[in-house]
Amino acid sequence: MGDVIEAPSVPRAGTVRPEAGRSAALSVSNVSLVYAGGRGREVVALDRVSLDVSPNEFCVIVGPSGCGKSSLLYLIAGLNEATSGQMAVNGVSVHEPGPDRGMVFQGYTLFPWLTVRQNIEYGPKRQGMSAAERSGIVDRYLAEIGLTQFAEHYPAMLSGGMRQRVAIARALANDPGVLLMDEPFGALDSQTRATMQKLLLRIWEQHKKTVLFVTHDIDEALLLGDRVVVMSARPGRIKAELSIALPRPRSMDLALEPDFIALKRRILDLLRDEIDEEH
Amino acid sequence: MAQDLAMEAPGSRSRAEASPAGQAPARRRSRTWTPFAAPSSSQNFVLASAVWALIAGCWAALSYGGVVSSMFLPTPTAVFERAVAMIGDGSLLTHALSSVQVVMIGFALSSLVAVPVGLWMGTYAPVRAAIEPVVNFIRYLPVTSFVPLFILWIGIGLQQRVTVIVFGVFFQQLVMVADSARGIARDLVNAAYTLGTKRSEVVWHIVFPATLPAILDMLRVTAGWAWTYLVVAELVAASSGLGYISLRAMRGFQVDTIFLAVLTIGFLGLVTDLFFRLLRRKLAPWAM
Ligand SMILES: Nc1ncnc2c1ncn2[C@@H]1O[C@H](COP(=O)(O)OP(=O)(O)OP(=O)(O)O)[C@@H](O)[C@H]1O
Ligand SMILES: [Mg+2]
Repeated sequence: MGDVIEAPSVPRAGTVRPEAGRSAALSVSNVSLVYAGGRGREVVALDRVSLDVSPNEFCVIVGPSGCGKSSLLYLIAGLNEATSGQMAVNGVSVHEPGPDRGMVFQGYTLFPWLTVRQNIEYGPKRQGMSAAERSGIVDRYLAEIGLTQFAEHYPAMLSGGMRQRVAIARALANDPGVLLMDEPFGALDSQTRATMQKLLLRIWEQHKKTVLFVTHDIDEALLLGDRVVVMSARPGRIKAELSIALPRPRSMDLALEPDFIALKRRILDLLRDEIDEEH
Repeated sequence: MAQDLAMEAPGSRSRAEASPAGQAPARRRSRTWTPFAAPSSSQNFVLASAVWALIAGCWAALSYGGVVSSMFLPTPTAVFERAVAMIGDGSLLTHALSSVQVVMIGFALSSLVAVPVGLWMGTYAPVRAAIEPVVNFIRYLPVTSFVPLFILWIGIGLQQRVTVIVFGVFFQQLVMVADSARGIARDLVNAAYTLGTKRSEVVWHIVFPATLPAILDMLRVTAGWAWTYLVVAELVAASSGLGYISLRAMRGFQVDTIFLAVLTIGFLGLVTDLFFRLLRRKLAPWAM
């Protein structure tokens, strides 16, 4: 993943395609992606995937490793081109990356030459926000991720979990309409993970964002999501969608409720089938 | 790190306790031979001084001891006296300045063009496709073989020596910058796009800073090459400079002057190296 340096295609004003999910903030229809790996090494990463995410919905994707979750997020972010199919954000079809779709990557992607403060400030600065406005936003996010004292540190001086928190703040500070998150809490210890989940839920409830969130952790999926999408591996397809009607605000106390346990069992069964098929 | 190494594995500990002589405390390992251990400045100083002293000692033994004739190897005293004389009449400074001037002009011209063009080459496939074959062709031509041609075309003035340096350094710099630029993590660029960076901004906002530490290292290394090509140019055609006085001294069998010129070049090289190390610390503090 991630050998995508070129922003595909010419910059061009998006064409409005009202037929594709009129009410969807994010609509993916019949998208396939084949990686051309050279002779006999083609990988069908995604096979006719369709997914509509409504405005302000928190949609979670779970699936076995290598099923194309990251690939799907890269496509929506406009960082890679689908082999076939269409994608649209707020009715505007996706041809190139843009600040309307923020992304937290699976690996570390902080800019090593910028301090924590400058990293978080990067997006607002690109958008031409004034220095005073920027510093207000940065200070707020620094406080929220608990790294105010590390504002002037370079990423190399931070722990893995601290870096990922900065990456999340960097994406949020840019205030994107759609937030794509690729296992953002995967590297965090369980306490920090719980704090970050709470923070994310609070921000999502306050700022009303459309979120597409990838995770391996089913508890996390059920804690966060309005809907959980289960993918199958090779070729990556959408296997099932579960709507999560658990009451909000949620906390991990839910984990003992029968509804939660029933949902968890269904997702586990769906995933177990996948893994059995692999072997 | 050192403590980790000094700790014994739990298994071996219990065996040690079981044995009758098991009271021995865990032995602390010396850090000296720990791979990539943080250097200690006092130790570094001692080690570097020892090597210098060894070289100077060999030189003194060979020359004072009369093992090598003073016609081929001057004594340290002779070189020192020559240095006093040439510093006294200002000629060493004049020649050194002349050399420094040529190196600085040639190296600066080359670097100022090589860095941006190298960044474009590493970032944009068409730029690379257009110039890489030519660059790789020229890069393997021995610069020395072009010196007669340059003399014919440009004469033996300052421009000729600057041209030799540029020709010797530029194409190597270009390839080194382009390779570093091409090697940066693609997800840095991807992250920049999702934060609103435009395609035309990527070179300046992402590729350049991401490559800066490698660029500064490249400058430090190629500055040494610039000195090499300078001396080549001066040996063949010049009327001043450290290479020129070496050549003149050879004709008069003044090995002490040749030694003095060589030592001066070495000293200036050391200063250049130190300058680039400090510059890197200043400009790229995040990548130590
Ligand atoms: N740049 C690439 N070139 C070729 N094949 C790729 C590339 N990136 C990913 N793949 C292939 O595409 C498939 C999906 O990869 P992807 O990274 O999207 O999986 P994922 O679901 O995010 O996995 P994980 O949960 O381990 O992060 C994998 O089989 C992988 O081998
Ligand atoms: Mg992934």
